Amino acid sequence: MANFPLLTAILLTPICGILVLFFLPREANKMMKMIAAVTMAVALGLTVYAYWAYDVALAGMQFTEDIPWVADLGVHYALGVDGISLPLLLLTMLVGFSTVFVSWNVNERPKEFFIQLLVLVVGAAGTFVTQDLLIFLLFYELWVIPTYIMTVVWGSDKRVTKEYAGMKLTIYLLIGSAFLLAGVVALYLNAYPAGLRTFSMEALAQAHALGNLSEHVQIVVFFLLLIGFGSTLSMWPLYSWAPDGYAAAPTGVSMLHAGVLKKVGGYGLIRVGLLVLPLGAKFWAPFIALVAVVNILYAAFITLVQKDLKYLVGYSSISHMGYVLIGFAALNVISIDGAVANMFAHGVMCALFFALIGQVYDKTQTRHIPDLGGLAHQMPRVATGLMIAGMSSLGLPGLVGFIPEFTIFVGAFKEYPFYTLLAISGIVFTALYILRVLANVLFGPRREEFDACRDVSGVELIPLVVLGTVLVVFGVFPQLLMGMVNSGVEPLMPLLNQLHAAPTLLGGVFQ
Amino acid sequence: MFSQYALHHAWLIPLLPVIAFIIVGLFLRRIPVLSAAVSVCMSLLSFVLALGVGYGVIDQLITVDNPLIQRMPWLVIPGLTIDMGVYIDPLSAVMLIVVTLVSLMVQIYSIGYMRGDAGFGRFFAYLSLFSATMLGLVIAVNFVQLYVFWELVGLCSYLLIGYYFHKVSAREAAKKAFITTRIGDFGLLIGIVLLQILFGTLDFQHLGVSVPAYVAQQGTGLLTVVALLIFLGPIGKSGQFPLHVWLPDAMEGPTPVSALIHAATMVVAGVYLVARAFFLFSVLPNAMEVIAWIGAFTACFAASIAFTQRDIKRILAYSTISQLGYMMLALGVGSVTASMFHLTTHAFFKALMFLAAGAVLHGLPDKNDIFAMGGLRHKMPVTFAAMTIGVLAISGIPPFAGFFSKDEILLAASQVSMPLYVIAVLTSFMTAFYMTRLLVVVFCGPEKPDNHPHEAPVSMRIPLVVLGILAIIGGYIPYAYHFGDWVRFGPALHMGLNWTIAGTSTVLSVAAMALAWFIYGSGKATSDKLARRFSALYNLSYHKYYIDELYLWLNHTFVDGFGKLLYWIEIYVIEGIVNGLAHLSLQLGDWLRRKQTGNMQRYGYIMFGAALLIVAGLLLLNPLFKGVLCGGGY
Repeated sequence: MANFPLLTAILLTPICGILVLFFLPREANKMMKMIAAVTMAVALGLTVYAYWAYDVALAGMQFTEDIPWVADLGVHYALGVDGISLPLLLLTMLVGFSTVFVSWNVNERPKEFFIQLLVLVVGAAGTFVTQDLLIFLLFYELWVIPTYIMTVVWGSDKRVTKEYAGMKLTIYLLIGSAFLLAGVVALYLNAYPAGLRTFSMEALAQAHALGNLSEHVQIVVFFLLLIGFGSTLSMWPLYSWAPDGYAAAPTGVSMLHAGVLKKVGGYGLIRVGLLVLPLGAKFWAPFIALVAVVNILYAAFITLVQKDLKYLVGYSSISHMGYVLIGFAALNVISIDGAVANMFAHGVMCALFFALIGQVYDKTQTRHIPDLGGLAHQMPRVATGLMIAGMSSLGLPGLVGFIPEFTIFVGAFKEYPFYTLLAISGIVFTALYILRVLANVLFGPRREEFDACRDVSGVELIPLVVLGTVLVVFGVFPQLLMGMVNSGVEPLMPLLNQLHAAPTLLGGVFQ
Repeated sequence: MFSQYALHHAWLIPLLPVIAFIIVGLFLRRIPVLSAAVSVCMSLLSFVLALGVGYGVIDQLITVDNPLIQRMPWLVIPGLTIDMGVYIDPLSAVMLIVVTLVSLMVQIYSIGYMRGDAGFGRFFAYLSLFSATMLGLVIAVNFVQLYVFWELVGLCSYLLIGYYFHKVSAREAAKKAFITTRIGDFGLLIGIVLLQILFGTLDFQHLGVSVPAYVAQQGTGLLTVVALLIFLGPIGKSGQFPLHVWLPDAMEGPTPVSALIHAATMVVAGVYLVARAFFLFSVLPNAMEVIAWIGAFTACFAASIAFTQRDIKRILAYSTISQLGYMMLALGVGSVTASMFHLTTHAFFKALMFLAAGAVLHGLPDKNDIFAMGGLRHKMPVTFAAMTIGVLAISGIPPFAGFFSKDEILLAASQVSMPLYVIAVLTSFMTAFYMTRLLVVVFCGPEKPDNHPHEAPVSMRIPLVVLGILAIIGGYIPYAYHFGDWVRFGPALHMGLNWTIAGTSTVLSVAAMALAWFIYGSGKATSDKLARRFSALYNLSYHKYYIDELYLWLNHTFVDGFGKLLYWIEIYVIEGIVNGLAHLSLQLGDWLRRKQTGNMQRYGYIMFGAALLIVAGLLLLNPLFKGVLCGGGY
């Protein structure tokens, strides 16, 4: 087992699924879904095994593989996971697995749909397991085309048309990745002299220690990455793709985008931004903290007045990403632990939310909140699921959302007491909009027009059960998550301590 | 032997109801008999264990300064370690007994009250979870454990207040309860985070050592702020002014739930938090003063609203707020003993009164207005007796339980501040008045011809009898078991009665009861006349000083208004910029496309012009380049 290329296997499983789907006849509708489900189940199983087998005490990169690919450029097919990436890989697989069942009723061109769905999963999983920056970008780019096609073909019109939303989503992704590419190339050229150049994240992370990267280079490159990753993470004001995109995209794509792709942004900020460009991170941190507060409160207030369920969750997830940002900006072990854990928590919660909204929409043909009401009468299971997701969203202890938020607050308060106070006030507004939507959609008098709506059953239940269980289990036993995350973050302690001691650059313009 | 077992397995006390919740919630929801049986059995077991713990605490001489603590790591990351555990001292032992006892009584009562309800199993699952979370809160070893269960208690109350979720009013009340208490929790959470940062620990025992040391070194300034932030949590949870608005609406839940919320599982959590964190508050005189005044004001303020309310449960709800104010006042003047004592007796007589009110509502469905009742004593003798005992107890008539505990509070207040004492005595007068009003209007006078009341079934009468007995004899607990020796910090304040204070309050209470009898017992004409005579005051009180309306207006105008404003900015400014940029790039592309004319001369001009411009620009900007271009001698 020791030399089994586990991560490659995890990546290859959905790819195998894609290949099989390619050669299936169009009529084999049921078969395609079964194949997507089976491949995702295997990938999820392997990931759970990796999570279980990862040695937390040993920490560091594990399950590593390294094969030189383009030797002249220093590109390696290098894989490995640590405590930061493994929870996010698990998140990808959990959400990916669930999307297959959420999309069970897609009968229009199912072949293309499921192929692209699996491509999205591979793209996200690849970004989390790769140790090579160029390959990271390649996996990241895998998202662009399927996102557009899936939104335009299987999406729905809402405030804006699905063509507009799909285009917006795609262009944002592309612009973001253009900035990323520029940043990565600058990094590549500056980190090492010609001949020694490499895209290896580990080697790049040592360039700072070797003194190869000047403060100014770090500041500029970090800014490029911040725009790229920030727009992926829906950092203010670069998020305007998110609500429109989620609303227009089919349920499965919304789940993957909000649940997983956003986290690629946060992951990138930590893995590349902080580890490779610590001085850049330190320079921009106060600015990020400010933006984080804007994210939290601005989006929370906008969420309050949303009338469409998907827009509501879309804006609320922008608000939640503010917590990740402020956790990152505080640059200490506790806060970054919280930020990473919060990405996992939010991903699962948000995916469950979108999955259930998809179910509600399937049955009632509307997502307009004023048109809904009293659904707990007809759909108690959907109601239970939405309650769990909502309570996790408002940070109820006992569900996975609480401990990450709490650690973020504890960690961030030391650095930014005032911003953190504002961030904590977000919990009141979150409660306000979550409880309002739960009340208006689920409770109140029984409505005749929904009497024909069936509660979820059979395969539709799988996302609810899987994601709901994760929310509860990781909430009751937070160490399952935090122990893993911390094993990845704790090794950064010397770097972070050194950063704290370092003088503030350029007079700390944002302090 | 058993007490030893109970002491070391006290974690079972909250765990048993959790098991009941899981079993009932997952498997037995549709089987009413079994779901009730499982819940009641588990409650009974935890009550027995709690009794064992109580006995063990006395037997083993476990005191507040010498608690029995078990801890288990829950979250361990560098710089932040959080345990879950069991904290056994007299304070938590009293609470364990009170909570398990009231829960058990309420569950037995609910068997009869909820019979035939479609959600019977769901109801029992929620009840079990409710008591489990409160028990988890009681045994908390640190602030995070307390906060975790604190929020879960809030969730359960949300679920139970909104139990009749088909009713819009229930739905809104549940939401209001959650959000109002959340506002308090916002302060509590900040306070907890600050404590973690200041002391590096949230463990009660460790903080109990570090806080006094910190105060001795650094003074009280910052810590007072922290303590007041933490106190925001109890303000929300225990319905103190100005976050009291959710509690009267919480009666939208089934009546047994109101009994549970008001007596044992929700609102007293705030009082308990202050008592548990007394090591913090007691060293901060300014914070203590704030607590005392908020408590006293709330007590008086809520009583003044209860005067004019017509809904039987609403009157009881305001009396709860008022009594909670008493408990806070007691804490604020430094007497944990008096506060916990009153909490205990209040749990007995308030649960009793709510369950009696439930019996009334059970006998007279869909009538909440006390003036629509009347003369119920003939048909509902047990309920009448129960309510009478409750009213006598809350009014502080000897020898009922409330007399003793209220006397303790009045005494403690009188030793600290005369104004506080006067407010407390005044409140006691008001309490006796409005409670007698309720009793007289509901049970005395002629029967209403349209009403066909009937006495409650046995399962509902048993809890009434048990709680009734406790409401009579509960006041003797301190004399039998040296309650004051148990639940205290520092030296014991006082044991036995102070005849001046006890005498004054008793005389006043009796006078108030007589007055109420005179106004409401001798025909309704007098009360209506009074209401007309003081119509402005009456309306102010009847409409609860319009505070609910004010909050609603503030919320809709400012919070939603701000949301709408930002959404407008979002759509027209930010989206506008995004779409504008997209539009601009389209236009630019279009314009550039038109420049591709295919005319070679024109291309030549542009190329030449551009080259000139570049060279000129470089010459101007870059001295090095200037040197290269103009020769080395430059």
